[in-house]
Amino acid sequence: MPDREITFAQAVREALAEEMRRDSRVCIIGEDVAEAGTPFKVLSGLVEEFGAKRVVDTPISEAGFTGVAVGAAMTGLRPVVDIMFGDFITLTMDQMVNQAAKAHYMSGGHWKVPMVMRTTLGATRRSAAQHSQSLHAWFSHVPGLKVVLPSTPYDAKGLLKAAIRDENPVVFFEDKMMYKLKGPVPENDYTIPLGVADVKRAGDDITLVATSSMVQVALGAAILLEKEGISAEVVDPRTTWPLDEKTLIDSSKKTSRVIVLDEGYGRYGVTAELAAVIAEGAFYDLDAPVKRMGAMHVPIPFSPPLEDVTVPTEQTVFDAARSMCKPS
Amino acid sequence: MTTVTSKPGVGHEAGTEKEKWLHAYRQMVSIRLFEEQVNEVYTRALMPGLAHLYSGEEAVAVGICEALRIDDYITSTHRGHGHCLAKGASPDRMFAELLGKEAGYCRGKGGSMHIADPATGNLGANAIVGGSVGIATGAAFAAKNLGADRVAVCFFGEGALGQGSLYEVMNLAQLWKLPVIYVCENNLYNEYTHYTETTAGTILGRAAAFGIETASVDGQDVRAVNEVAERLVKRSRAGGGPAFLQCDTYRYGGHHVGDINREYYRSKQEEQQWKTERDPILVLAKWLIDRGYADAAFLDGIRNEIRATMEAAVKFAIAAPYPSVDEVEKHVYA
Repeated sequence: MPDREITFAQAVREALAEEMRRDSRVCIIGEDVAEAGTPFKVLSGLVEEFGAKRVVDTPISEAGFTGVAVGAAMTGLRPVVDIMFGDFITLTMDQMVNQAAKAHYMSGGHWKVPMVMRTTLGATRRSAAQHSQSLHAWFSHVPGLKVVLPSTPYDAKGLLKAAIRDENPVVFFEDKMMYKLKGPVPENDYTIPLGVADVKRAGDDITLVATSSMVQVALGAAILLEKEGISAEVVDPRTTWPLDEKTLIDSSKKTSRVIVLDEGYGRYGVTAELAAVIAEGAFYDLDAPVKRMGAMHVPIPFSPPLEDVTVPTEQTVFDAARSMCKPS
Repeated sequence: MTTVTSKPGVGHEAGTEKEKWLHAYRQMVSIRLFEEQVNEVYTRALMPGLAHLYSGEEAVAVGICEALRIDDYITSTHRGHGHCLAKGASPDRMFAELLGKEAGYCRGKGGSMHIADPATGNLGANAIVGGSVGIATGAAFAAKNLGADRVAVCFFGEGALGQGSLYEVMNLAQLWKLPVIYVCENNLYNEYTHYTETTAGTILGRAAAFGIETASVDGQDVRAVNEVAERLVKRSRAGGGPAFLQCDTYRYGGHHVGDINREYYRSKQEEQQWKTERDPILVLAKWLIDRGYADAAFLDGIRNEIRATMEAAVKFAIAAPYPSVDEVEKHVYA
């Protein structure tokens, strides 16, 4: 029997509900996570099942409740913190970077911080510069943190369950535009290990390494390329750390051409790191320099025609891939 | 491993008043002599990095930790040696940590500003001013959520009053009635700046604005600190919610060991006055002698015994091996 299809948001909710049933230490902490179920309604129904002690509404106080989650994780709970918009992670930086990421190492392995921070990324929602950024590169830079970027409902459920069971602080970025995306998701319990890439589509001529919101863009571009006789492979790292370098390098060696796609800023960003990994690991098998595509280096503008040009699209990826494979 | 004294918080419960305060005396002398050794080791260039000494503030850590159980939590600061010792850490493993040795509490990876010890409920010293306020409040959140009757004490200096995260977590703690006690050690100086130049309004007024139970105490009088701490801990443990305790105290040395020329921010006369008139160890010694619980020779004996222990601890740490270089990538992830 084929799996039923549910949305990305439902997959996230199902993962949380299953983990909260399995482990009474798992709790949710954040702004409007209880009765409101968050502005995206991702958490609807959870407070009704698990009660206000485990689905905890907070004041608008990101640094405060993230710090509380760090301490609670060190002393017996497994908190899942909800940061409504990825732009607000700026407010939690000391707690995540100086506290959560370092407590295990600084204590010589004595303390652990098994917590998850769920937050969002992605532009094109007409939300302007402070509600549209993709800042996952910042956390990917810090030793001690793990960073997860699910791109399908199936991955969202399996990766979130793995993140909750992980003994380390894990930051889980959800693409806001993907919450209504439907896909097959098993009803049973499963996890996807952190650090294992997924080949979302096999191909021979070019590798499109894509994360989160860019996976659907890459898959769309691959269909356009197929019509031109170009076979594109789409590889989704699924986590920026730990990073499955081998799968990226193997695919790059096979196809010999690579575009790396990520909605964060390119400058000093995720695409730079992935491109460097590929260049170091597959240099002698490449027929062209690795190309990077990401958000333009501007604050995300509000005006729709301006915002739309700031992020890669199926068409711009198609154009770039075609020119790499068939130089005119 | 050498130990200095019995575990904190258990010595006095079944004992007499005399035993209780002799124990507190030993704890304060231990901190003072530990820090004297740190100064010595640092001055001899045997210690890498920074050292922020707790000398002068001993009555705060001891008065409060004597009101705690071994399984209660504390968070500490860059000036944290006193908190660690008062909560029951052993000086030899502390010195080993200060010298970056594998036998240290953090296998040498934390150093002076990051000593952590789960066995004594020490969640860790923190080198970000105000950096541990969330962790302490979170430990209280977990204790309440898990139905444990533990309390968490968050030590911080008055310099942390400038950090916004303190006000965020005090709001949460009072909303949720968490068993956390915020202990503000007002040693008068934010590094090299008098606190009145950095602090508008009053210290207690900050916590009172959230409806949090507040108290202030002479931080040089260990018996006074302990009396108010016992009351606040009992109240929090019973579900009464958070409290904020201001302890007025004084940092004898500089901001760190290398801060030697201090006249541009405070006078030698001021320093001398605190040391001679309000020294917490002298204050308790006088009380012990007046009560007939000890005489000067007996207290000298205690000091000599503890000095020998500290010297042995330093020797242990100097002789202890550094961690293997293989250790560098261990414990990044659990």
